[in-house]
Amino acid sequence: MIRKILVANRGEIARRVFRTCRTLGIATVAVHSDADAAAPFVTDADTAIRLPGNAPAETYLRGDLIIEAARVAGADAIHPGYGFLSENAAFARSVEAAGLTWIGPAPASIETMGSKIGAKRIMAAAGVPVLDVDLATVTASALPLLVKASAGGGGRGMRIVDSLDRLAGQIAHAEAEAASAFGDGTVFVEPYLPTARHVEVQVLADTHGTVWVLGDRDCSIQRRHQKVVEEAPAPHLPDETRTALHAFARAAAEAVGYRGAGTVEFLVDRDRIFFLEMNTRLQVEHPVTECVTGLDLVALQIAVAEGRPLPGRAPAISGHAIEVRLYAEDPAAGFAPQTGRIRTFDIPEHPGVRVDSAVEAGSEVGVHYDAMLAKIIAYADDRDTAIRMLGDTLRRGRLHGITTNLDLLRAVIADEEFVAGRMHTTLLDERLDLWNGGGDPRRLAKAALAAALGQATRAAAAAPVLSRIPAAWRNAAGKPRQRTYRRGPEQYAVTYTSTGHRLVSDFVAGVSVIGVRGDQVVLSDGPVRETYRVTGAGTSVDVDGPYGSVSFELVPAFVDPAETIAEGSLLAPMPAAITAVAVDVGAVVGKGDPIVVLEAMKMQHTVTAPTDGTVTALTASVGRQVVAGTVLAVIEENR
Amino acid sequence: MKTSVDPTSPGYAANREVMLERLADLAAQQAVALAGGGPQAVERHHRRGKLTARERIELLIDADSPFLELGVLAGWGTDFTVGGSVVTGLGVVEGVECMIIAHDPTVKGGSSNPVTVRKIFRAGQIAAENRLPTITLVESGGADLQTQKDIFIPGGAVFRNLTAASADRRPTIALVFGNSTAGGAYVPGMSDYTVMVKGGAKVFLGGPPLVKMATGEESDDESLGGAEMHARTSGLADYLAVDERDALRIGRSIVRRLNWRKAGPAPRTDYAEPLLDTGELLGIVPADLKVPFDPREVIGRIVDGSDFDEFKPLYGPSLVTGWAQLHGYPIGILANSQGVLFSQEAQKAAQFIQLANQSDTPLLFLHNTTGYMVGAEYEQGGIIKHGAQMINAVSNSGVPHLSVVMGASYGAGNYGMSGRAYDPRFMFSWAGAKSAVMGPAQLAGVISIVSQQAAAARGLPFDEQADATMRALVEKQVEEQSLAYFTSGLGYDDGVIDPRDTRTILGICLSAIHSAPVAGTRGYGVFRL
Repeated sequence: MIRKILVANRGEIARRVFRTCRTLGIATVAVHSDADAAAPFVTDADTAIRLPGNAPAETYLRGDLIIEAARVAGADAIHPGYGFLSENAAFARSVEAAGLTWIGPAPASIETMGSKIGAKRIMAAAGVPVLDVDLATVTASALPLLVKASAGGGGRGMRIVDSLDRLAGQIAHAEAEAASAFGDGTVFVEPYLPTARHVEVQVLADTHGTVWVLGDRDCSIQRRHQKVVEEAPAPHLPDETRTALHAFARAAAEAVGYRGAGTVEFLVDRDRIFFLEMNTRLQVEHPVTECVTGLDLVALQIAVAEGRPLPGRAPAISGHAIEVRLYAEDPAAGFAPQTGRIRTFDIPEHPGVRVDSAVEAGSEVGVHYDAMLAKIIAYADDRDTAIRMLGDTLRRGRLHGITTNLDLLRAVIADEEFVAGRMHTTLLDERLDLWNGGGDPRRLAKAALAAALGQATRAAAAAPVLSRIPAAWRNAAGKPRQRTYRRGPEQYAVTYTSTGHRLVSDFVAGVSVIGVRGDQVVLSDGPVRETYRVTGAGTSVDVDGPYGSVSFELVPAFVDPAETIAEGSLLAPMPAAITAVAVDVGAVVGKGDPIVVLEAMKMQHTVTAPTDGTVTALTASVGRQVVAGTVLAVIEENR
Repeated sequence: MKTSVDPTSPGYAANREVMLERLADLAAQQAVALAGGGPQAVERHHRRGKLTARERIELLIDADSPFLELGVLAGWGTDFTVGGSVVTGLGVVEGVECMIIAHDPTVKGGSSNPVTVRKIFRAGQIAAENRLPTITLVESGGADLQTQKDIFIPGGAVFRNLTAASADRRPTIALVFGNSTAGGAYVPGMSDYTVMVKGGAKVFLGGPPLVKMATGEESDDESLGGAEMHARTSGLADYLAVDERDALRIGRSIVRRLNWRKAGPAPRTDYAEPLLDTGELLGIVPADLKVPFDPREVIGRIVDGSDFDEFKPLYGPSLVTGWAQLHGYPIGILANSQGVLFSQEAQKAAQFIQLANQSDTPLLFLHNTTGYMVGAEYEQGGIIKHGAQMINAVSNSGVPHLSVVMGASYGAGNYGMSGRAYDPRFMFSWAGAKSAVMGPAQLAGVISIVSQQAAAARGLPFDEQADATMRALVEKQVEEQSLAYFTSGLGYDDGVIDPRDTRTILGICLSAIHSAPVAGTRGYGVFRL
């Protein structure tokens, strides 16, 4: 019997496992890096052990330290979560060798399925159709092609090839990248099917020969091959396709004598099915399956690890569940990861809405790990209701302090193609510009107006003197007051006056001010009353209104000349490490010349010269970690 | 507190109508002052990259804090621009209530005329009495030379007052945006802190032409009085600002570091707004000032929670006295009820004022009086003695006074009710109020009777027609000169206001007043009993 589980992971999945442990009476141990010392998952656990350092290679990938931590803490089992060491057969073996229970499949199964090439071979032998390209005979008709790392996952290490001449080069690149990222340079080539759907099947097997097929999930909404929206069951799938998928998944599990929870992933291109890979772990998107089956997959993983048989028959699928992944990233800036402190995190759970979060108000989001903040899941009797509930939750949800993909998620959930269930794996890329539209200008103007009125009222009330005198009161009416807000490239110079002891504004035509009370601002747009909630900290103001939430930056009335940024300054676009500096002070550069190379989240970004000119200052140095907005160099334009 | 105001009654509607017309007119009169030197001058000023006086003030004070401009209509009815080329008022800078004096360079280059000087003196007096830091936003061409005879000699006190303020440990800050020459150079010269705007400030005793005439020396503005020179060489500038906004930013940062603490008691903050509708003040004052009204209806609409504890309600009912709280500050109120002050009212007032001094409670005088009662019965009853008691109590009262003329303020009633000559800390008039020695008709009648008697004494015939013409003329002139605009134009109050703003204005004034200690008089003068 397992009494104490160490979770060799972090963030929401660690919290997720701890939650089940609590219901089962199992004691919990967290391991954490230095950056995570104050993270919610650490305090959720009964005890926690520090893994010194921050980089995954120093911390969550250090199997030896984690096993030692389990020994020190007296844990008798290790749950690996997903990512990190979850599909590392050597680690699984070490866990078992240390006399601990490994909550996962047999190391041999991990190994077999871990090699995508090997897995395909086994699947093909079991009669499951696979995608494959024979490089010796490939012709242009097979284009486009996809080069994938055998040991890759989560979209990393993939390259699309549009012409045969570039194939060899791209394979070489992919091999090099895979070798550096995964320690295994093996790659393979598949046909690229951009309009196919990603459908996967959840399996759960015990050590007594029972395999449950727990329905399917559609995960077609992806960005850069990373899933963003997942749902169960996969909508509008013909019965025969669904039956075939379930049969193939069962065959896959049985072919390797699988135990525990696993996922068999397929591409479905109209009526054709292709095996992609099998993930030998709990998936990020497992909650949607839990919703439609009523199961606790983590509890069942633990039961299987304890050697118990699966109880009775697999439950039937009922209802529909949809999950969205909330990331700290800026979809408008190439999904650049975002860092910062979360001021507000208020996405309430209620019947039918589940929130698995890694963070809470006050959490710091750093540069070291995956930027997923939370998963928000809606579950209802049917898909339309689930979409509606999820849309409402995303609109009411209040998340401030950091740029996220929340607006993008709202746009996806509201998209007609998504609502109609016509998804495919490149839909997000196709519609990104539309979904990133930046919002309705009038709605944004109203939100800016609410921000100004709310902040003006609050500023007046917070004053050390005359705090009960109405905001911006004047005995002789002069020009209107003004507060200027910035949101991305847009500026909103909101004007308002105090008339009859209350604030009025004609900033948005047709919109009048009903009143301000506490942090609530009530506007009237024609006959429609709208209530906005205005909060914020420092120069940031967050507005939650009927159309969702939006944040602005207050443009300060004064700038200390000592703090102004010199013209021609090149700024770090994101928090990153400097990996190369291409110039010296005094260098004459041409427009577009690389100046500094940064690396963030395993992606390279080159900062180039915006004009022809001379490098007059250089603060960047290789190895330095910079925050977004750091001045890297100053280039004086040639005149 | 119960109200008998019926907002649906025709009388109320008619009064309200008249008051709204007066307020529309007030806004129009104020607009003239707010326009400064007019749109063209403002445009020219903006084109030079400069801010107007009011724009500077708006940036200087805390965002969304109130600003009480004083003497908006100063100079009304004179040949000078209304407002007098300077803006003065109470503003909050970094949480500190300050007296702000901003020259308006769009009016004759901000040069000072008699109206300007009177406003600046008044601002200095308010700062001194209420212990307020003073921030002067300087851009003035010095004296308006055509009026130099009226201002040169008395105007010297402006500089004396600045250093007196400093001696009184009231900080003085000068932000110099432009010209500050000749005598004007002593504003930065006498201030505790001086900020000058690069490329804008010009601070010298004599400009290049004068220097050339005096000594033959060739010079330029920058070497004689530029901001850089004063910041680096003469040391007159403590801070060099890169532009106007930067000067205001620095000014704010200076105030932040003053370590300023108010010396008066802090207000309560848990008070309720008036329960009665402040908006109804519009319909309470009768259009005809001869018709009295119940001042309790006003009190109930300006004090916290409409909560008023009346003192001696059954004695001397023509004057209402009592205790209340306004924006958290305790106050005693004296309000005329039936216009006339009799002996009882005068004695009641004298007693009440002494009580307020015993408890260090500021006093609010709400004027609507035609003066002390005349007539043999009253003279024989000692109305002069009793009126003197009231004036004695008012004159020697040490607690701060606030005066608001709601309707009429005639005769010695103006004195007894702490009119301008009795130095209330702040005094305002409602639009439509009148202040004079007596009502215009009465005054004309008195003149007529006196001249009839004079004619009779000399045995001359009395010209009835000439008398009628004279009476009409005098009545019209007195009517005009007793108007609130006119008295305000002469600087006899701090502004003409919308009755609905009374509570807010008094709240701002009481808060400013409490920057200084509040203490009643301990020894009164001899009361003639």
